[in-house]
Amino acid sequence: VFKRFVEIGRVAFISFGPHAGKLVAIVDVIDQNRALVDGPCSGVRRQAMPFKCMQLTDFVLKFPHSARQKCVRLAWEKENINEKWSATRWAKKIEAREKKAKMTDFDRYKVMKAKKMRNRIIKHEMKKLQRLASKKGKKPEKSDKSEKSEKPEKAQKSAKAQKAQKAQK
Amino acid sequence: MAGEKAAGEKKPGEKAAREKKRGKKKPAEKKPAEKKPSQREAGEKKKKIKKHHASRNPVLARGIGRYSRSAMYVRKALYKRKYTAPETKIEKKKKEKPRATIVKPVGGDKNGGSRVVKIRKMPRYYPTEDVPRKLLSHGKKPFCQHKRRLRASITPGTVLILLTGRHRGKRVVFLKQLGTGLLLVTGPLVINRVPLRRAHQKFVIATSTKVDISGVKIPKHLTDAYFKKKRLRKPKHQEGEIFDTEKEKYEITEQRKSDQKAVDSQVLARIKKVPQLRGYLRSTFCLSNGVYPHKLVF
Repeated sequence: VFKRFVEIGRVAFISFGPHAGKLVAIVDVIDQNRALVDGPCSGVRRQAMPFKCMQLTDFVLKFPHSARQKCVRLAWEKENINEKWSATRWAKKIEAREKKAKMTDFDRYKVMKAKKMRNRIIKHEMKKLQRLASKKGKKPEKSDKSEKSEKPEKAQKSAKAQKAQKAQK
Repeated sequence: MAGEKAAGEKKPGEKAAREKKRGKKKPAEKKPAEKKPSQREAGEKKKKIKKHHASRNPVLARGIGRYSRSAMYVRKALYKRKYTAPETKIEKKKKEKPRATIVKPVGGDKNGGSRVVKIRKMPRYYPTEDVPRKLLSHGKKPFCQHKRRLRASITPGTVLILLTGRHRGKRVVFLKQLGTGLLLVTGPLVINRVPLRRAHQKFVIATSTKVDISGVKIPKHLTDAYFKKKRLRKPKHQEGEIFDTEKEKYEITEQRKSDQKAVDSQVLARIKKVPQLRGYLRSTFCLSNGVYPHKLVF
């Protein structure tokens, strides 16, 4: 049922508080509510932190409990947590959210235009397929055709995503 | 002093002017030998630079001179000095006094035919209590002297969103701030039908999108007076037809059209360089569900 556990070396994401948005490694457990935490590569000093503001990630580092910062840093860099983290969907979602919030009025317009164009292309393809299907009547080819259509759609979707990212910069 | 006197009499005007100036500044004739640069120029014209004599009335104690008024008169030889200032232009003009009375014809028999009538008559009513003199106030300036401020986010070339008026929601290019503090703004006309127009700073959202307007020359005659609404003021107390004479329909003058073209051609060239900016200016701003202005970044 539970997949991520609080353990020594677990990398956690701080969700609120002064260090919101940073990654830390759990170095030791103080009591039921607090942990000794250290984030040498993310700018968090070694300190006690309540579990409530930590959200566990999938990454675990290997170091003994109460290891000093140097060891934590070594383990962190060995595992390349920073890169792994930015490759996760979690981090990407956060980044996308930030970008969206920073969009200016002009950016919003550009995104709107890109979305509109993309939707139009998709609709166009769909209509084409629907027409084909309705022409030929109810045949099992309909399902094949709709599968085929998804491929060109996905190619276009990626193009639109690129445009959206460009707009967001 | 005599030589100076002779030279002085040649051009009484200048000397008298100087004396007048000096007289104004210091009533006692204690003059250090300093010359004002303006007067030095006048002096240089005369070839000789006038040096003023020290006080001819030695001081016995503070405020008390050795010689009496009449003795000083003699010592300064004021009997010789009689200057009148040259008739200045103002005085010449003043001589033309306006007519105080006018002769008007009067009807009737054996009436003399005309009367002399005052043009400006005495008041027919004096109030019982005079209006008291107002105390001096400070810092109450008229509108024309107010300080005009401009938000830091609004710079020439900024795209603004108009919030009020018939062009509400339209995105528009800011050109400059006019003398009264209003912002001169243009659509451009071909993009969103907003002409050269004034907009109020407070009723405008400044976006962070900027067009590079550095080289655009805005004609100098586009001022507040140019844009001010014109109102006819000649009712002539005719009842009915008063509202017809006032022009309700606004006509676009040729000058406005030519100015619009002149400015817009420059601005459009710059807008075309930025991709998608033209479409952006054509669109209007609106809020929809889930869009909160305080959370938007403009």
